[in-house]
Amino acid sequence: MSAKKIWITDTTLRDGDHAMSHKYEVDQVRRIAQALDEAGVPVIEVSHGDGLGGSSMQYGFSIEEEEKYLRAAAEVIKRGRMAFLLLPGIGTRHDLERAAKIGAKVARVATHCTEADISEQHIKMAKDLGLDVHSFLMMSHMTSPEALAGQAKLMESYGADCIYVVDSAGAQLVDEARQRVRALRHALEPKTEVGFHAHNNLGLAVGNSLVAIEEGATRIDGSACGLGAGAGNTQTEALVAVLDRMGIETGIDLFKIMDVAEEVVYPIMRQRHVPRIDRGSLTIGYAGVYSTFLLFAQRAAEKFGVETRDILVELGKRKMVGGQEDMIIDVAVELANQAKSKPRRAEARA
Amino acid sequence: MASEKVKVAIIGSGNIGTDLMFKLRRSTVLELTWMVGVVPDSDGLRRARELGYKTTHKGIEDLKDHLEDFEMAFDATTAHAHYKHAELLKQWGKIAIDLTPAAIGPYVVPVVNLDQYLDHQNVNLVTCGGQATVPMVYAVSRVTPVKYAEIVSTVASRSAGPGTRQNIDEFTETTARGLSEVGGAAQGKAIIILNPADPPIIMRNTVYVSLDKDADREAIKGSIEEMVTEVQRYVPGYHLKSPPIFDEDRVMIMLEVEGAGDYLPKFSGNLDIMTSAAVRVAEGFASHLKTRKGRPERREESRA
Repeated sequence: MSAKKIWITDTTLRDGDHAMSHKYEVDQVRRIAQALDEAGVPVIEVSHGDGLGGSSMQYGFSIEEEEKYLRAAAEVIKRGRMAFLLLPGIGTRHDLERAAKIGAKVARVATHCTEADISEQHIKMAKDLGLDVHSFLMMSHMTSPEALAGQAKLMESYGADCIYVVDSAGAQLVDEARQRVRALRHALEPKTEVGFHAHNNLGLAVGNSLVAIEEGATRIDGSACGLGAGAGNTQTEALVAVLDRMGIETGIDLFKIMDVAEEVVYPIMRQRHVPRIDRGSLTIGYAGVYSTFLLFAQRAAEKFGVETRDILVELGKRKMVGGQEDMIIDVAVELANQAKSKPRRAEARA
Repeated sequence: MASEKVKVAIIGSGNIGTDLMFKLRRSTVLELTWMVGVVPDSDGLRRARELGYKTTHKGIEDLKDHLEDFEMAFDATTAHAHYKHAELLKQWGKIAIDLTPAAIGPYVVPVVNLDQYLDHQNVNLVTCGGQATVPMVYAVSRVTPVKYAEIVSTVASRSAGPGTRQNIDEFTETTARGLSEVGGAAQGKAIIILNPADPPIIMRNTVYVSLDKDADREAIKGSIEEMVTEVQRYVPGYHLKSPPIFDEDRVMIMLEVEGAGDYLPKFSGNLDIMTSAAVRVAEGFASHLKTRKGRPERREESRA
């Protein structure tokens, strides 16, 4: 393992927003951002779970305006830098510009793993505004390492400073993560960093993050208490402890980040949802489905009288990508209709 | 008989222009005369030549000596090119049906507001997502006030061309404006998702419309179904995926748009609904021209 220093981006206030069903209060965002900053987290991501402009009927409305969250966090982040997520097709350059004005220093521009070319204008604008750009190739288990590297090269050509292999479904086995990070590290210029973003649906989040580091990744995402979609993300405090034992510098104070998780984040998340590897999130990792679909599928299952797992497995078969939350309803309606037309089968399941 | 048809030209011999050509062959009121491109060996120009249409690969300027050959022109090029084309078409007194995002003229969705703009010289077709979803928003807003409408268009990666990909904000912003300006929602939001699955998915649109708690659900449902039937007259593959789903504060309408498969594959419902709507608009103009005697002077633009 060559790396001596790893930069962690904490996404408690972005990926965690999914698990919070977008119900963060502004004051909670301020307290978490401040605590993360004081613990030494170098990059703190703040956005709706689906990025800027994500507050919607499709994904769920935040309880406050986006700008208020960003301002609250920007005011208290002193040592580190504030990041935001932007998915072209959901958020726009207009949103990006506004976030930069409020004080964000890092733009995380995300596309599905085969659609990098829709991010060209956004990446270029972020660079023009003087931001660092960390690009996201989401659902990266759905394409080959070689094809993924090709998409990463595109993002690099637009100006991205770092390209993340994003395991949005928490579906990658150890070797699958390794091959993808290796392919990117091999294909990209030495000055372009490689990052890894995990979900713990198969219990592999910390392990895969370490493998990514072995293969040359220098940026890893985590969230306090693992607060994130599906079974959550790589747990920031666990990763910091492991890296500390391995002699890798993160700049984060281990005991402080433990306290942030325990005393600041946990009491807030406990009121909403505590992500864990349950049968829903495990099915997501197993079937390769967008982690964010978990709570939507649970709600749809209840509303239409079908099983969460059946919905998730069907979504996986249909190769749905991130952002297609409307298809969860579509699938639930179809399953409910099928059950009606096959009453015996429905009874057997009940 | 053919001389009674209204003559039209297509500017742009790419996928959209070529699909338009095939659709125009079926029109009983429009007669295609010219296909204008800029790439000599493009598939669209080759097919146009084979079908016996006049063609040029030297762009719109080549039409200046053939003004008697067309009353209207479809512009299926780019926003940038349309700014120039719009000037020329205006000088020549020709109607411009703009399929680009330039939107110099007002937004037109045939089943909603075409009648209002038949005296205009330049109209714009919004976006494919707009053509698919604005009729649904309008179907609700004509029954009950709509504070907010949101749509999600999901298209197969293979049917999203470089123009859409490089200007994805243009899609979301223009569609959102269409939802309010034409659809009648006080506020609109649009989302687009590209799905690379193979075989490709058929174009999907989900429309969310906010409702007051006491809104008349039966009337809304009836209005939606009526509107679907109207759109089906020019886009036969337009249908509801399930009956509208009502929630406490909203209705969710799920649509699938299958293309006719004229030139473009059937999954490209997004492109098909644009070309079908464009033909519908042109036919509207054509019958309007016929009901007025002689060759009317085109009126100056007065944008709303």
